[in-house]
Amino acid sequence: MSVEAAPAFRPRRSGLTRFVSAYGQEIVIACAILILFAVVSLINPRFLGANNLNTIISGNAYIAVAAIGMSMIIITGNIDVSVGALIGVLATISGTLAVAGYPVWVAWGAPILAGAAINAVVGALVAYGKIPSIVVTLGMLSILRGGLVSITGGAWISNLPPDFLLAQQRLLGVPAPVWFMVICTVIAFLWMRYSAFGRSLYAIGGNSEAARAAGIPIERRIVEVFAIHGAIAGVATILFATQLQIIQSTVPPNLELTIITASVIGGVSILGGTGTVIGSTLAAILFSAIGAGLIFVNVSAYWLRAVIGLLILITVLIDMLRRNRETRQASR
Amino acid sequence: MTIKKLLRHETILAVLVVLALIVLAAQSPRFFTVDNLLNQGRLMTEVGLIAIVMTFVIVTGGIDLSVGSILGMSAIMLGVFWKNFGLPLELAIFLALMVGTLAGLFNGLIITRFKVPPLIATLGTLALYRGIAEGVSQARSVRGYPDWFYVLGQGQVLGVPTQLWLLGIVAVVAAVILGMTTWGRMTYATGSNETAARFSGLRVDRVKLLIYSASGFAAALAAVIFVSRVSTTRSDMGTGVELDAITAVVLGGTSIFGGRGTIIGTLLGLILIQALKNGLSLAGVKSDGTIVLIGAVLILTILISNLFHRDGTR
Repeated sequence: MSVEAAPAFRPRRSGLTRFVSAYGQEIVIACAILILFAVVSLINPRFLGANNLNTIISGNAYIAVAAIGMSMIIITGNIDVSVGALIGVLATISGTLAVAGYPVWVAWGAPILAGAAINAVVGALVAYGKIPSIVVTLGMLSILRGGLVSITGGAWISNLPPDFLLAQQRLLGVPAPVWFMVICTVIAFLWMRYSAFGRSLYAIGGNSEAARAAGIPIERRIVEVFAIHGAIAGVATILFATQLQIIQSTVPPNLELTIITASVIGGVSILGGTGTVIGSTLAAILFSAIGAGLIFVNVSAYWLRAVIGLLILITVLIDMLRRNRETRQASR
Repeated sequence: MTIKKLLRHETILAVLVVLALIVLAAQSPRFFTVDNLLNQGRLMTEVGLIAIVMTFVIVTGGIDLSVGSILGMSAIMLGVFWKNFGLPLELAIFLALMVGTLAGLFNGLIITRFKVPPLIATLGTLALYRGIAEGVSQARSVRGYPDWFYVLGQGQVLGVPTQLWLLGIVAVVAAVILGMTTWGRMTYATGSNETAARFSGLRVDRVKLLIYSASGFAAALAAVIFVSRVSTTRSDMGTGVELDAITAVVLGGTSIFGGRGTIIGTLLGLILIQALKNGLSLAGVKSDGTIVLIGAVLILTILISNLFHRDGTR
């Protein structure tokens, strides 16, 4: 099997062209981030202050981390609309344990294990119950969201022990969430590109019949990838829940859609089979940069979502035009 | 064979609805009263209108995640046209409906012209339309509509809530179109095998454009009713409605892959969800517990339905 992230069977070209064509979406987003930083800092130089940069990136790091797992799910041709609710549930589990006086590693480890366990059930329903993932996770969304509020009664968790607040700690002047984001992205990228497991995800999403014929145990793989996605959502939860002194029983509205959007803008095709997690992480950074940028150039933050929506459409349209052109070239 | 299968899922669902009604009526004497049932119909209308058209969308193998945002945007535009532009309310309502329809048409154009998967296209417009609603309204609400406007959302005609008549008419028209007309058959053909439909000379793109426009129109109509019912406009109106509507449609037996589904099924799904919400709250279960149950019912119904159809293609 080829180790190219992009479709195989293309004529050999120079290294640079191949790189650009394989990572087109990632390069587009990286350029978008650079242009945005350049424009905003010309208008307001304070934008480039180290403190501001740290805030921009670390506040949204949990979205980038969650988008890593989401990208794996989407690459296999599935989707998870329940991850926002899952993060809410896991945050409450983690906070409750921390307040109850358990050691901090238990409070940090529990959401990772619980996330893996819950999503393994989802994966089993998808793989063995033969229910489309959007239906299972739609149901799961209701179950988790409703379950969370009926158990907590909407109460906030406060009095968190200071050493629990991982997201507020720094290493070498860089906030912990940024470290987590970078390390998780690099590991996931290498693992998906070079390990047999990672390659099999692309194979399942690209052509599941062919993958089955090649001997990939699809059902087991789907359960496993959902469990991994749940564990990564657990890591994202820790970054999300330890930002403030309190944990609310709600998560930002439409969090799941923000995470899916980061994956998709990052170049993960919703049809499965292509994309990398570097793109999704860059997309998450781009979101928070746009949000902060709007404030620094004095545009009302109420327009943020419209700007993001427009950006999604433009990215997707460019991507589709490129894809259509490539298919036409390939079919010639 | 297919008709048998269709019947089977809907029969399971109908049995579930009847069981739920019996159990809930036994739990609380206030549940099975005419007043309560009519009131529940009133609350069901907004999601219902959207879910009925969503059935068409999903039967074509598509999905429309932007309906909640179209609802919010149309509601805000209704307020802006009436209050800020000083237009007569009748005209403002008409323009708000147009805004929603155009938003739906825009979805359809992205999907058909650029071949963007519906999930992605409407995910983008979900953010865009909600963003426009937030940007235009700047978190301000519009209140103080004339009294006649509230008839739509709060009044009654012949003892039945006004909007329930509307829902009934839309449901009948939709059921006839999907079940008995060429348009309906073209919808099924598009969903079961788009390539084959294209080669058979069906104008697939036109069918889709029409359906996504109708979806936008339904969301805008729901917005007008919503504003009339709660007497105010807010930019966060209709957040999450898309998931409620999709849940009702899928619960009603429409295949998320397209090609299969009926309006009757969707209506049964809607009724089951609303009955559970209301009946359980009357029986003292908190509304959040009910949401859990709806999620579980969704997964279990599809699972059971899949077990029965193990011989089938999916």
